[in-house]
Formats: sequence, structure tokens, C-alpha cells
Amino acid sequence: MSSSALPPVAGAGPVTAAQAAPAFAPTRTPAFEKRLAQRYRAERNFRLMGLAAVGFSLAVLVFLLGNMMINGIAGFQRAELEVTVDFAASGVSGDEVSLTAPTAVQTLEMQGLPDVVGFVAEQQHGAAAAAELSPDAWRDVAAALQADPALVDRSATFSLPVSSALSSGLAGDGPPEMRALAQRLAQKGALSKNWDWGFLARSDATSPQAVGIWGALKGSILTMLVTLALAFPIGVLSALYLEEFAPKNRWTDLIEVSISNLAAVPSIIFGLLGLAIFLSIFPNLRSAPVVGGMTLALMTMPVIVISGRNAIKAVPPSIRNGALAIGASPVQVVFHHVLPLALPGMLTGTIIGMARALGETAPLLLIGMRAFVATPPDGFTSPATVLPMQIFLWSDEIDRGFVERTSAAIIVLLVFLLAMNGLAIYLRNKFEKRW
Amino acid sequence: MTVIHPNMADEGAKIHARNVCVFYGDKKALDDVSLDISPDYVTAFIGPSGCGKSTFLRCFNRMNDTIGAAKVTGLIELDGEDIHSDRMDVVQLRARVGMVFQKPNPFPKSIYENIAYGPKIHGLADKKADLDVVVERSLTRAGLWDEVKDRLDDSGTALSGGQQQRLCIARAIAVDPEVILMDEPASALDPIATAKIEELIDELSGRYAIVIVTHSMQQAARVSQRTAFFHLGKMVEYGPTSEIFTNPIEERTKDYITGRYG
Repeated sequence: MSSSALPPVAGAGPVTAAQAAPAFAPTRTPAFEKRLAQRYRAERNFRLMGLAAVGFSLAVLVFLLGNMMINGIAGFQRAELEVTVDFAASGVSGDEVSLTAPTAVQTLEMQGLPDVVGFVAEQQHGAAAAAELSPDAWRDVAAALQADPALVDRSATFSLPVSSALSSGLAGDGPPEMRALAQRLAQKGALSKNWDWGFLARSDATSPQAVGIWGALKGSILTMLVTLALAFPIGVLSALYLEEFAPKNRWTDLIEVSISNLAAVPSIIFGLLGLAIFLSIFPNLRSAPVVGGMTLALMTMPVIVISGRNAIKAVPPSIRNGALAIGASPVQVVFHHVLPLALPGMLTGTIIGMARALGETAPLLLIGMRAFVATPPDGFTSPATVLPMQIFLWSDEIDRGFVERTSAAIIVLLVFLLAMNGLAIYLRNKFEKRW
Repeated sequence: MTVIHPNMADEGAKIHARNVCVFYGDKKALDDVSLDISPDYVTAFIGPSGCGKSTFLRCFNRMNDTIGAAKVTGLIELDGEDIHSDRMDVVQLRARVGMVFQKPNPFPKSIYENIAYGPKIHGLADKKADLDVVVERSLTRAGLWDEVKDRLDDSGTALSGGQQQRLCIARAIAVDPEVILMDEPASALDPIATAKIEELIDELSGRYAIVIVTHSMQQAARVSQRTAFFHLGKMVEYGPTSEIFTNPIEERTKDYITGRYG
């Protein structure tokens, strides 16, 4: 039957609601339309509220990061005084062997290098300026000599750090005499604010001009490596076993509850555990990244187990059945099918756990990682500190110069965190694309 | 009470099932079923939802083992070997008794990998050239080769529902099973895809013993030569398909196939 055979529609053309509505149509009354409008209004309001919440979080984030950046930029710079040292005339001597020996810095100190530096600074810029030279300034000279022993026969110009007072004088702050001194030196071209790339290469020191973040950064990297190496395999294997192989009984329920509780334990308790167990087993490893990593692994593992189990639960049972039905053994089902599908979710959990571990200070306080460590750790067993701990230590210092250094350290921590997360997201996407 | 039509006992049967009961916890899902599955015919299990037909099917490759609470009693023999005996390895059993599920479940891998997976894990074909042969043969038998031969590296999940189901059939026959179990293989498909699956079952019968569970009586009538009717966990009647549909002995079978319930 073709459509032309259908009877014409009665009252074709525009139809008003009143005309068209039969008496019994409850969804075509004005009251219903009012309720409908109300429903749409509620939906609009809800969306606006959500948008406002997101906007607020974004604003807070931008404020925080912006504030940190502005403060932190100054932390990557330092005021430096140009001092020319003529080694030949100074009485400092040495040859390639003695200047590259591990004890070279001590030798130079005994030869009076600190006094030499102070003396030439006084000669060139006056006693007031020399007094504001950072007490560690001679170490930069010593480092240059170590790097290039041939310098000992020549004269060379160094940019040496100055005290916080003179530095803030250069920025227009502080007492008037400092501002005047800074102005005089700056006009001579001897004092200027320079990028301090050494900040990324040095370690902790007593004066803010001489500090660097590399020691703490390396400590954090080593600690995170230990944490990852322990927590990831243990967490993933536990999750796989509990989800795929373990019988469902009271014992596995108990284990499940325990793991969930472990994830909620305050982090300082893990520090006590590390102190009581790891440090009593390895008493020589106080402050070492390996013990810090083990302690943080305890804290990270439950997060990986929980997220891993959820990721495994999300793998459709039909995939397991399909693999079992063509004769895959349970282990093959897990490693060929379940694990690859669950891995992206597991990696997400690992990122969260590792990010938490990276920012953790409390448990590390208890195992001695808050020590003053002036050299970067050589390996997993040498004393070290970590980035958040370094930030905490510097924020406690009295010297004004540490304020900016603290912000700079926070930037380094955030960049490290972003790099770690970026890597994990890259890996996750790579694994997801394979399917 | 089970009615078994004459001449259904078969000495050369592929599968003998005797007094099979399945319990899910305390609930008896299948009650005392005995039958023989012939290698030469397609056998269909029909019956209303929850009658135990899928449960019975899953006994043949011990897929019920994967359900913790399920317990199977009775004897099931594949070529005279008890499939629950210690000498029967479940991995080997499942390689011999393939299965196709209600919802197409290709692995989220390439089409090629989907087919090659079974032969690979069983070590049936190690070299790339051998695998290529197996993949082409399996896909050809499943009637899918011409449609996918140019995109074997595409994901199996990117195919249409009907193609996915034929891919699953190809995956099952890639390991050269002796029996193929099909659990409502066409219930998630449209009529055209269903017709293709039914055609495929027709072509595969004879080469493999096929057991198919289906909701659709028409499908059972079209594809099978033997039909068992299940109701409330019991096998009510088992006989040649033509007899079951034209001349059922049991009253309940008659009511079901005439559409009075189910």
C-alpha cells in the first residue's frame, strides 16, 4: 500500500495545543509545561554550579602556580660580584695532580684560598663589599681550579655569590647603606643578578647563595626508583593473585580489608615501621634512599593493589571465557589477556601512589632523611635527602635568601612530578593503543 | 521423566553423558540428564530460559569449573574417556572441545592474532608461515576470509557483530577441535547475520560434532538433526529434530513447540 492511499490528516496545518489536546492527555496541560520548565531550570542550575566548581579549582591552581613561579624565578638567580684573582701572585700553588685529588679543596683551604679571595675582593671593591661576599664564595674558585688546574698560573675573573643583605640591596630592599653599596657596585659593573644554573648542580649548604637542589633531586630520584621497583611488581602480583587465583573465603576477605586499611594509615606510621624494622635490620643505612624507598613502597603498594584490582575487575569476563574456552591455562589467560587490558588502569594507580610518595616527608623524617647532606648521594646506600624534605629544611632557615630558594625548590619538585606523570601517561596511552 | 526416542543410543557417539547433575550451591540447575551426542549430526538443545540447557552445554568443556559454586556430578565421556578423570587435562579438553559464546567475544587484538592465539599457545604452529596457513584456512572455513583478508591487522572488535561471531567460530576451529559447542551463537545478531551463522553451522557439520543451544525453535529446526528439549532443569525429550517438531511424544514438548509457553 502506498502512502498516497492513506487518509488525509484532519485539521492539517498549524495546530494549537488547546485544539489538539484531548481531555485525557495529562502531558499536554499547562501544569505539565510548568513542571517541564522547572526541570530544565534545575538542570541549567546544576550545570552552572559544576562549571563554577571547575572554574574555582582552576583559579586556585593558576594562582598557586603563578605565585610559585614569580617567587621561584628569583630563586634561580643570584647576585654576583666580579672578582679577579691573580693566582700567580696569591701564593696559592698546586699542580695537576694535587688540584685534581679528592682532597684538593682542603689543600686549597689550608693554603689560605678563602683569605686570598677576601683580600682581592677588598682590594678591588673595598672592605664593605668584601665583607658581604658569601662565606662560601671561595669554594666556587676552588671548584674552578679543580676543573681547570692550569688556571693556577694565570689570573682569572670569577662571579662570586654575595650575602642576602647585599642581594636584597640590589633589589632595592633592606637597609639604606646596603642599597647604597649595591648601587655603587652595580654602577661599576661589578655587581649583577645572574642566572644561577649551578643551583641545579649543587647540593645543600649553609648559605643560601651556595645551595643547590641536585643533591635532593638525586635523592628523590633514587628513592622513587627503589619505591617503584618494590611497590609496582609486588602490588601488581598481589592484585592479580587476589583477583584471579585466590579462593574467595574469609581469609582473602581479611586480606582485602587489611590492604584497604593499609592505604588509609597515616604516613608517619609507615615511618615508624621503617624505623623499627628496616633500620634495625640495616642500621648502617640510616638516611639512605634504599631504606626511604622501602618505607615509601609500603605506603604505595596498597594504592597499587586497590587500583590494580579495580582495573582487573573491569576486564570483561567474556574475554577470560573466550581464552579459557580455546584452552589457555589460567596463567596464560592472566598474562596474555587480563594483564594487558588492566595495565593502563594499574599504571594510573601507580602514578597516584608514586606522586603521593614523592611528596611525602613525614615517614622519611623518622628514618633520618632530614639530615644536612652537602654532597649528592653516590648511590642507593649513601646518605641523602629528598625534595620535599629539602623544601621543609630551607623554609625553616632564618636567612632571607632561603625564601626564594625554597620557591625554586618547589618548582623543581613540581616539574619532577609533572615529568613523572607525563611519562606514566605516555606509557598508558602507548599500551592502550596497542589494543 | 525423560522420553528418548528409539535408536538414539549410539555406540559410536562422540560424547556420552550419564546421570549428569549440576548444582549451583544448593540449587540444582540440572537434574539427571543422560544422552549421546553423535559426531555426524548437529544436536540442538532447546527450552525456555533457565531450563539448564546452557549449563549442560558448559559441562562438555568443563567451563562450569570456572564458576566457584558450581558442582557437576555424573559421567561425561569424550571418545570413551571420562572428562573429569585425572588423566584428562582440562586445557587439552578445551582444545578438543571448542566453544562459541552468546555474545561475540573477540580478543581486543588484531584479527590475525585472534585466530593465531589458539594454535600458538598449543604449539600447533610456531613458524609465521604455518600460522598464516592456519589463519587463512580457519577464516575461510568460517566464511570470513574474503571480507577480512585485506585487513588482518585491524582490531577484531572493529568488525560488525555478525563478523565478530564468525571470527569467534574461526578462532574455535583454528585449533582443530573435535566438538564445537555453541551457546546461542546468533541470539545477539540480526536476521541476515543469523542466516550466515546458520549456513556456516551447516557447512561445518560433518567435519565437527556440533552442539548448539538456542532459544529459537525455528533455528533448531533449520540447523539441527537431533534435538533435546529441556524444561526446569530436566531433559524432557530427545529425538530426531523432525520427530520432535512434528510428532513430539511428551505433552510439555508439544506445548512448547506450539508456542503455548516459553
